[in-house]
Amino acid sequence: MSKSSSTLEFKRPSRVSYLMNTQVLVLIVIVVLWIYLAIASPYFFTLHNIRGLFSQDAIVGVLGVGELFTIITGGIDLSVGTVAELVNIIFTITVLGNMPIPLAIIISLAVAVGIGLVNGILIYELNMPPFIATLGTMSVADGAALLLSGGTNISGLPISISNFGTGIFLGLPNLFWILIVSIVVGEIILRYTTLGRYVYAMGSNVEAAKLSGVNTRKTIYFVYAFSGLFAGIGGIMITARLWMGIPTSGLNLNLDAIAAAAIGGASLFGAQGSSIGVFLGSIVMATILNGTVLININTFWQEIITGLLIMATVALDQIRSRSKYTFVRKF
Amino acid sequence: MTNLRLREGKSLSQFIKERAIILEEVLKVEGLSKEFPGVLALENVSFNLYKGEVHALVGENGAGKSTLIKILTGALSPTKGKVIVFGKSYEKLDPILSQNLGIAAVYQEMVLANYLNVVDNVFLGIEPSNWGFDRKGEKIKKLRDLMKSLNYEMDSKAEVKNLSAAQQGMVAIMRSLVRNAKILIFDEPTASLSDREVKILFSVIRSLQKQSISIIYISHRLEEVFEISNRISVLKDGKLVGEKITSETNSNDLIKMMVGREIENQIYDLDRKIGEEIFRCENLVNDKIKSISFNLKSGEIVGVYGLIGSGRTEMARAIFGADKLWNGKLFINGKEIKLKSPIISKKHGLSYLPEDRRRQGLALQLGLKLNVNLASYEDRSNFGFVDLKKEKFVTLDLVKALEIKTPSISQKVSNLSGGTQQKVVVAKWLAAKSKIFIMDEPTVGIDVGAKNEIYKLINRLAKEGSAILFISSYMPELIAICDKILVMKDGKIAGEVNRQNFSEEEILKMAI
Repeated sequence: MSKSSSTLEFKRPSRVSYLMNTQVLVLIVIVVLWIYLAIASPYFFTLHNIRGLFSQDAIVGVLGVGELFTIITGGIDLSVGTVAELVNIIFTITVLGNMPIPLAIIISLAVAVGIGLVNGILIYELNMPPFIATLGTMSVADGAALLLSGGTNISGLPISISNFGTGIFLGLPNLFWILIVSIVVGEIILRYTTLGRYVYAMGSNVEAAKLSGVNTRKTIYFVYAFSGLFAGIGGIMITARLWMGIPTSGLNLNLDAIAAAAIGGASLFGAQGSSIGVFLGSIVMATILNGTVLININTFWQEIITGLLIMATVALDQIRSRSKYTFVRKF
Repeated sequence: MTNLRLREGKSLSQFIKERAIILEEVLKVEGLSKEFPGVLALENVSFNLYKGEVHALVGENGAGKSTLIKILTGALSPTKGKVIVFGKSYEKLDPILSQNLGIAAVYQEMVLANYLNVVDNVFLGIEPSNWGFDRKGEKIKKLRDLMKSLNYEMDSKAEVKNLSAAQQGMVAIMRSLVRNAKILIFDEPTASLSDREVKILFSVIRSLQKQSISIIYISHRLEEVFEISNRISVLKDGKLVGEKITSETNSNDLIKMMVGREIENQIYDLDRKIGEEIFRCENLVNDKIKSISFNLKSGEIVGVYGLIGSGRTEMARAIFGADKLWNGKLFINGKEIKLKSPIISKKHGLSYLPEDRRRQGLALQLGLKLNVNLASYEDRSNFGFVDLKKEKFVTLDLVKALEIKTPSISQKVSNLSGGTQQKVVVAKWLAAKSKIFIMDEPTVGIDVGAKNEIYKLINRLAKEGSAILFISSYMPELIAICDKILVMKDGKIAGEVNRQNFSEEEILKMAI
């Protein structure tokens, strides 16, 4: 290749700093937490509890994958939680209106993708900051969910839906399998497709991407529609898990999805992050939730711990990014 | 060739008599040098400024004018030399000290609070107040007095964002004056002003002179310099090459001082074959450029020379489809093409290497491989999936061909040197099979060795049949490498010079 030895300007990152990328750190956090919980509570390492933890983790994780794509472009999608909530209500209402379940799913997901496209239009065509555009759709989706449900929980769904939500496949909860598929799909797009390359490139430098003839419009539309789609899938999962439509189910999910991505190493400045990171991030969040219940800490602590954890991981990332050896996807 | 109207300048002694001022030195720099890594931006410059004087500073882009100004305003520290302000000597200034000493710069692009009105902007940060409450009446009265003393009028309640460039400039001037500025630096103040506005500005400058305020006036427009200044200093490649009393010199003398550098002739490639026309544009117009027409042949290197504000970059962006064109036609291989966006331009083999490669050319946090392939992933994918092998081999080939020095093809681009980064941008367009390269200042900010490599690369691209539009403000390199040079001024092509007629002096005359 080239005579790199002739120039002195490059220092190879040491092995250690390669290993210390965010994913590895988060994995260490998870292992430490699990060991601690296994010692602190006899119930933690039971099959039942681990399955429960994975189901809990699944919804946040799926929303996190969509969220991740917007974050990598340097944007954000604040609407994922309430879009999931709206889909929860729409899906429940359509099924109760005797619509066949597959058709109900298609309609629900179409609404979710539609909201994502609206975000794309607001951001690309009207040049709105993603934060504001999706803050708007977040509120609209929340309001629509309350309006459609009349503000109350809607029950009466067929038992098959609940069965799916609590079902086990190959030893793992169905919902967890959906998460696995979502993570894999996300990782494949980011790693192996041209769109994935453009997502990172836009997050690094929009102007350079434009001047390289990258179709930035298409990329923005894709990213927000994709985020909408995954929010929609999350909404179906919520319905299966709760076995009803609850118009307040999405409120915390917005921030949880962002937190999962951030803990997993996505940079809110763009151009950094991976689908596997979201997976790890969501497991951390679910572990904290699960653990606080098991070892009988006041559950209000859960949010405080999550908050501290976000600060710690992002701060660590910032410190390491100054050291020039940050982990970046190897394109 | 030029339409310089030589004004009847006044000699310094006359000027002193008229203004009845004593020749008092308010500012003096002695032996000032400023070194950047690899570049000597200023070399042993000495310069002084008298009370009530307008001292013009001229020179090509990159001659060191901005560096000098930045040292005076405290944005940069000199490597050597000292600055003497009102008799007191300083090793270096900082922005606050400089302001306290009464030095203020009125930049081309003013930093004003756009949504505040004129009064609030003028007094921003030094508002007269009672216990924190604004004394509005006092502000307005002070401003009115100030405007009267300058013989100038404007609506003090107007929001700054609604003002013209000339009016905004006045706000900036007044803002400096209420802070007791004694030395005003005008950096290309007339770049975006109409003739009438220039007249108004000059009358204001004359009022300022009467109030014993000293002015450093930087401009490319020699006719203006002759109209307004008392003395003129010429900078070239960081050195002060001449200081003249305005009435005792003329524009030809100044241009002679500004040019005259060694030109490396070996760079020019003699055995290139210039073939058929592959690009032509006719009558391109938008808000920044006026009726641009020229053509490019395969194997040809065409230079574009122009000073700041001449519309070079704007022309390049408009051709590439990055900015809107209002009118005009583009032909590639003889066929008319509508180029509305970089996406379409790219498909027709056009490429653009932006001036600011870090901000516009590269995804800095990402790897070399992605950057090389960024403009050509369409050709390297099946059903949306990247052909990883092709991606890798294309990168490896180009790294080898362009001798890009990098430890690996996944190296983060921000860790590469300036010259290497520029090669990555070239590689990106080679990967996209470009045939027409528009290069905007491709050698800016890179060291001499890397510059030579870029020249070699440009020659090679041309030899292989590409056409190159080489935009630069460093004339020696254009003269060294180009087949012909287009000279731009005020958004138009002011002239075209063929290789056998290349002369720094003639080209500069057209550009000024």
